[in-house]
Amino acid sequence: MLIKRLKTLAASLIPLLVVLPGAAYPDSQTSLNVFACEPEWAALAKVLGEDKLTIYSATTAMQDPHHIQARPSLIAKARRADLLICSGAELEVGWLPLLLRKASNQKIQPGQKGYFMAADHVEKLDVPLTLDRSLGDVHAEGNPHIHTSPENILRVAKVLSERLLDIDEKNADFYQNNYKLFEQRWRQSIIKWQQQAEVLKDINIITHHTYWSYLNHWANMNVLATLESIAGVSPSSGHLAKVKKKMAKNQVKMIIHVAYVSERPSVWLSEQTGVPVIALPASVDFQNGQSLELWFDGIINQLVTMP
Amino acid sequence: MAKFYMNSAISLVLSVSVFNALAASEAETGNTDTAGTDTVNEQKIQSLEQRIQDIESANSDKYMTETHAYKRVTNDGFNPAISVILDGLYSSYKNNPEDYNLPGYALGGEAELAPEGFSLGHSEITLSNNIDDKFFGQLTLAIAEHDNETVVELEEAFFETLSLAEGFTLRGGRFYSALGYLNQQHQHAWDFQDAPLVYRGIFGNQYFDDGLRLAYVAETDLFLELGAEMFAGKKYPAGGQHTGAGSWTGFINLGGDIGVSHSWQAGLSYWSADNIEREYGGHDHGGTAEVPVFAGDSKIIGANAVYKWAPDGNARQQNLKLQFEYFKRDDEGGLVLLNSNPLEQSTLNSKQDGYYAQLRWQFVRNWAMGVRYDRVDSNNSGSDQSVLDEAGLTSTGFVPTRTSVMAEWAPSEFSRVRLQYNRDDSYQVADDQVYLQYTFGVGAHGAHAY
Repeated sequence: MLIKRLKTLAASLIPLLVVLPGAAYPDSQTSLNVFACEPEWAALAKVLGEDKLTIYSATTAMQDPHHIQARPSLIAKARRADLLICSGAELEVGWLPLLLRKASNQKIQPGQKGYFMAADHVEKLDVPLTLDRSLGDVHAEGNPHIHTSPENILRVAKVLSERLLDIDEKNADFYQNNYKLFEQRWRQSIIKWQQQAEVLKDINIITHHTYWSYLNHWANMNVLATLESIAGVSPSSGHLAKVKKKMAKNQVKMIIHVAYVSERPSVWLSEQTGVPVIALPASVDFQNGQSLELWFDGIINQLVTMP
Repeated sequence: MAKFYMNSAISLVLSVSVFNALAASEAETGNTDTAGTDTVNEQKIQSLEQRIQDIESANSDKYMTETHAYKRVTNDGFNPAISVILDGLYSSYKNNPEDYNLPGYALGGEAELAPEGFSLGHSEITLSNNIDDKFFGQLTLAIAEHDNETVVELEEAFFETLSLAEGFTLRGGRFYSALGYLNQQHQHAWDFQDAPLVYRGIFGNQYFDDGLRLAYVAETDLFLELGAEMFAGKKYPAGGQHTGAGSWTGFINLGGDIGVSHSWQAGLSYWSADNIEREYGGHDHGGTAEVPVFAGDSKIIGANAVYKWAPDGNARQQNLKLQFEYFKRDDEGGLVLLNSNPLEQSTLNSKQDGYYAQLRWQFVRNWAMGVRYDRVDSNNSGSDQSVLDEAGLTSTGFVPTRTSVMAEWAPSEFSRVRLQYNRDDSYQVADDQVYLQYTFGVGAHGAHAY
């Protein structure tokens, strides 16, 4: 009796198991599944791979990529990924190792073709001289927010396009061609942005966190102080007072913070000193189809239109 | 390439000098003439920074034509990641915590209350790392005090495959069972200092044993995980000697996102152990030499659901978590009071169930509060009611409940201080319980599990 019932149950479940995965991914045979930890890499993959890739971004520009949990939806996406693209440099240290174990997907384990860490391919800033948690949540490998420099994007694009054609050989020509087009366009854009950013050279700015280090470095802006005296720890009132004192002695153009952090410390400082605040979007609004170029255009515009 | 090395060497030397200059300026801020030295130092720093920039812009090739795979320098290397959890608390009770009991439940495992006054919770040492390209390994030692004796407990020691076959994960060794949501988290990761009543009553706080787990994550858009565990069956609420598997579990978990701000997970689980000898009162301070032992078959079913919300999915400033779990245990067999003379025994047919529901709200960065409600119930019967009475399995219609509130301050990801109050109606004389608890994590970055 029991066996008979089990048999009926199995008979009704088996077709379901066969049909479910197939139904959910009609184009899984033709396109490569890309799991991007941050939207900038999703956007980069998009421009390099276009419709050859099905791209999922684990975070949006409004999320702090450090404070993410290995939640069920991410495990399900990582399970099916052919290629994982992340910033690396310990940015995702809190959730990526766990996610990779949970998803148990051979293709995207460290050392495999499908495991791509962008920060491995550029020169990093803010590499700490000492590793001590009293200095906050320091990243031993250096600042992981490498995408804020347009030149880093170009470097990563080159290696990423090579990786794509390594994984998906049948479309090698496509990726090669696309990279060439992208490189051309991006270099022209860099020249344009450099001209625009000329006015930013040597100006003093205050930043909330070291998020924009690569951008500041690229545009030769001078970061007078950061509001977080310790990385990842909210600005203290004592430190804010110190920053305020420092600002009184120097000419400061603007206070910059990344859009996903609380604007309150920056706004307070602005009210105290009269220096304007700008909130820069942390990354590409990939979910709404924004491109890397548009995002960067926006940032440069925000910076240069500040009086 | 050589250019790059020279470049970085120069920047390194210069940044050291900048660092020194900064340190000097920090040190001097204590002096009376701070303003003057500050400006001088700042000018120094600015001129040094200018020099770095000049050198870099002179040397750097704006477009690198070849790809440089820069060497990864990490702090873990071949050594396992080490993390140490320091956990301690101050407890205050209206009643004597040694008199604690849970009517309808004979307690076992680690189900006692924390001692009055200062005490340590579980101080933990966790070592973990990838073993090779196929396996991950983890060891967790807990150092705890029971009955004035410091004991080292092996909480977890397991390996796990990294990629056995598409979607399959095999775990072996000692580990916390996946039959409950909270059960898989280490105690220091819980949102309240103490275990829910249903965990205290059914699992003796938490269930682990030695065995194997096979889990499968389906290739679907909706998260679907199926798994089964086989255990030696030695640990509470199982017990006794078994050849082969003494207990086993099956579980299914579903989960996903709703838009960008909401996520959820829900699961069902089943646990079964036949021919077990479950010894109660592992840490009972009642002073009785008579130890109740249940011999027979036991089954548990469980259900859990978790929902999380964060504005724009950014949990950093604000987030909310709702959590619910239900368990029901069915015991069928006999009850013996060991060391009684003449030997007292009875048949036992026991049905125990309960749930907790809790909410944790981080309303501003670093600060959170929570509220929890607990309820357990039981229906136990046997051939000799007096034996059940002595074992603590008689509830006489009393339904234990408890309401808890807590507030916590977590200045960073690695530290937390929590104040918790329980209105404990889980035994006949209602108790007021206050806990002040600290939890610090030293070393490797912990995993952000869901």
